[in-house]
Amino acid sequence: MTTKKDNLRTSIKEAIESQKRPTVTVLSSLLAIQDAIGYIPEEAIEEVALHSSTSINSVFGVASFYPNFRFTPPGEHSVEVCWGPTCHLKGSTEILEVVLTKLGLTSEGDTTDGKVSFRFNTCLGACSQAPVMSVDHELYGTADPELADKLLGELDQKDHQSTGQSS
Amino acid sequence: MNYEEIASKAKTDWDNMTNGRVPLIRIGTAMCGHAAGAFRVLETLKKYMEANGIEANIQEVGCLGLCYAEPLLDIKKPGKSRLFFNNVTPEDISQIIDEYLVSDKYPKEKIFGYIGEEGPLNDEASLESMPGLRLQNRIALRNAGHTSPYDINQYIANGGYSGLNKALTNMSPTDVIDEVKNSGLRGRGGAAFPTGVKWSFLVGSPGPTKYILCNCEEGDPGAYNDKGILESDPHTLLEGLVIAGYATGASNGVVFIRHGHDGPINRTEQAIEQAYESGLLGENILGTDFSFDIEVALTGESYVAGEETALMEAVEGKRSMPRYRPPFPAAFGVWGKPSNINNVKSLSYAPEIISKGADWFSSIGVNQSTGTAIVCLSGDVNRPGLYEVPMGLTLGEVINDLGGGVSDNGQLKLLQTGGPLGGVLGPDSKDIHIDFDEMRSAGAIFGSGGIIVGSDRVCAVDLTRVLVAFCQFESCGKCFPCRLGMEHLLEIVERIANYESKPGDMDLMKSVGGTMEAGSLCGHGQLGFGPIRSAITHFEEDFRLHIEENRCPTGTCDRSKIVPKNTRPYATDHVIGE
Repeated sequence: MTTKKDNLRTSIKEAIESQKRPTVTVLSSLLAIQDAIGYIPEEAIEEVALHSSTSINSVFGVASFYPNFRFTPPGEHSVEVCWGPTCHLKGSTEILEVVLTKLGLTSEGDTTDGKVSFRFNTCLGACSQAPVMSVDHELYGTADPELADKLLGELDQKDHQSTGQSS
Repeated sequence: MNYEEIASKAKTDWDNMTNGRVPLIRIGTAMCGHAAGAFRVLETLKKYMEANGIEANIQEVGCLGLCYAEPLLDIKKPGKSRLFFNNVTPEDISQIIDEYLVSDKYPKEKIFGYIGEEGPLNDEASLESMPGLRLQNRIALRNAGHTSPYDINQYIANGGYSGLNKALTNMSPTDVIDEVKNSGLRGRGGAAFPTGVKWSFLVGSPGPTKYILCNCEEGDPGAYNDKGILESDPHTLLEGLVIAGYATGASNGVVFIRHGHDGPINRTEQAIEQAYESGLLGENILGTDFSFDIEVALTGESYVAGEETALMEAVEGKRSMPRYRPPFPAAFGVWGKPSNINNVKSLSYAPEIISKGADWFSSIGVNQSTGTAIVCLSGDVNRPGLYEVPMGLTLGEVINDLGGGVSDNGQLKLLQTGGPLGGVLGPDSKDIHIDFDEMRSAGAIFGSGGIIVGSDRVCAVDLTRVLVAFCQFESCGKCFPCRLGMEHLLEIVERIANYESKPGDMDLMKSVGGTMEAGSLCGHGQLGFGPIRSAITHFEEDFRLHIEENRCPTGTCDRSKIVPKNTRPYATDHVIGE
């Protein structure tokens, strides 16, 4: 009988072994796993250590250094708001206020229902369209509190449509 | 196939595409277009064309530099000039297509201008005579907005890889280095070190395995020109990288991009694949004895990974923390092999320098700053964009002529240049020329090209707080002057911004900053005090008001302040094993 844990380990191994770039490193494997399953479980640290013939400590040292890695499963949706200098000057604070309030958060993290993972981003790369936010990796430039409110509202609706639940 | 055969075939394909039977529709999908909604427009466009059985050749292109007008839809009908529609939304598509593809009419309010020898259709403005394009001299970005980054043939049809062909068939490696030295090209990553001299360091290092690393980490908020080149025209970088490899006798190239920036990553990887297929990478390039391989390496989110030795650590898959020097990269670089690190922009100039010669390149620009500056203009300005202009323009010309002046009828208050470690300049900086040396002596740097404009509604203390918060957040933690110094500086700046400063705080900041400058391992800590120093030099009054009168000149600091602090997930919460 295969357990959920076994399946997780299989997906991790697949992610490590199916990397297309010629040079495979601890970091490249961790990124591949995060891309494939959305986070770095303990099993991933172990598998990368085995695959790279290095220690669990060294692998975790790399994983804990880069803030894009997360160690728990992500929410169904990702929301990011840029707080870099340009976006700050163009009003990202007001957007952050709306997003945090609407998600019931005080800082980075997941909503209590686990639906949305929210992150601060230091630069989404489109400073000429500041302020910028992203929802499920789609970028939205010249954003404002109204747009943030609308986009988060649409996320709620999407979920209700797909699950047929009411709030 | 030799180069002439490849080029002639590419040229035929290009002519068929641009003046063929069906209209050519180009849409800008670089990061600026993406954030403006280009992919939503593209999806609508494709669906609409299919549903209505309308034939056209749709191509994604990069950034023309006029980011404020994105998404830009560029339609070229056979025998007609290219017509541009600006700030297009998915709702506009049906009208534009119904009218312009079926007849010669179009929604007037959506028209931006035309480009082309065929002239205007009616009375459209010429895009090339608008300041946004007229003042530009596009070298590294020459194809951006014109060719598809997904198609090597479009690059070749526009002269691509002819510089490499010339270098490999007519020039010795020493000739190539001399040409780059004579062009006066200086590194565009921030340090402005002469590129030809840097290349020559690698020449004498022992082979056979030697690396040329290309840095597209570009974590600077406010800079997007490296990503802009890779998204718009990745082959210009690849060609430059191979030329650098030939000149220095290197065997491998690595393009280093931050994870998550899928546009630049995917386009570069596809370009590498196509270059291999065309014999422009790999064994015996263009039938010569020279062989060179290129791959992409990704980093996690880390600003310090842009530092050259930290970059090598990240390529090796470790934490991106700087190494001690010596040994220098030319002797002991990535994987312990001799290495040379260049910025995307520096390498992207090489093909045109080789094609057109050092004299051509050095005739552009001013003093010891030759060639062009690729400016990322953002903030409180009417026309933010990605402008490639000759070195020597004044900051005032950039803001007013290219940028259309300060937005919302505001007055210019400050300019933040050269990334978060650069500096803050005051309103009297309008006459400063974009010149590496002149800007450095003014207390700022041109750096990687970001210019953030702040109007009189901006508080200098508030902006400084965000810059210091960024630098604190991004400190890698290896050396204590930076790790603790940044935290200490942030504490003090936050005290000032919260009207809770203590006597002597200004002197304390200078003292901490001095220790960081003297004792930090890399530029992050050494330059970390720079933004504060320049801010207190130019905006002493803003700081004084917060400290002595407990008020903010713009009221910004009275409002809530949300800036993440210490959010690097240090190991405390997640202990693995026992």
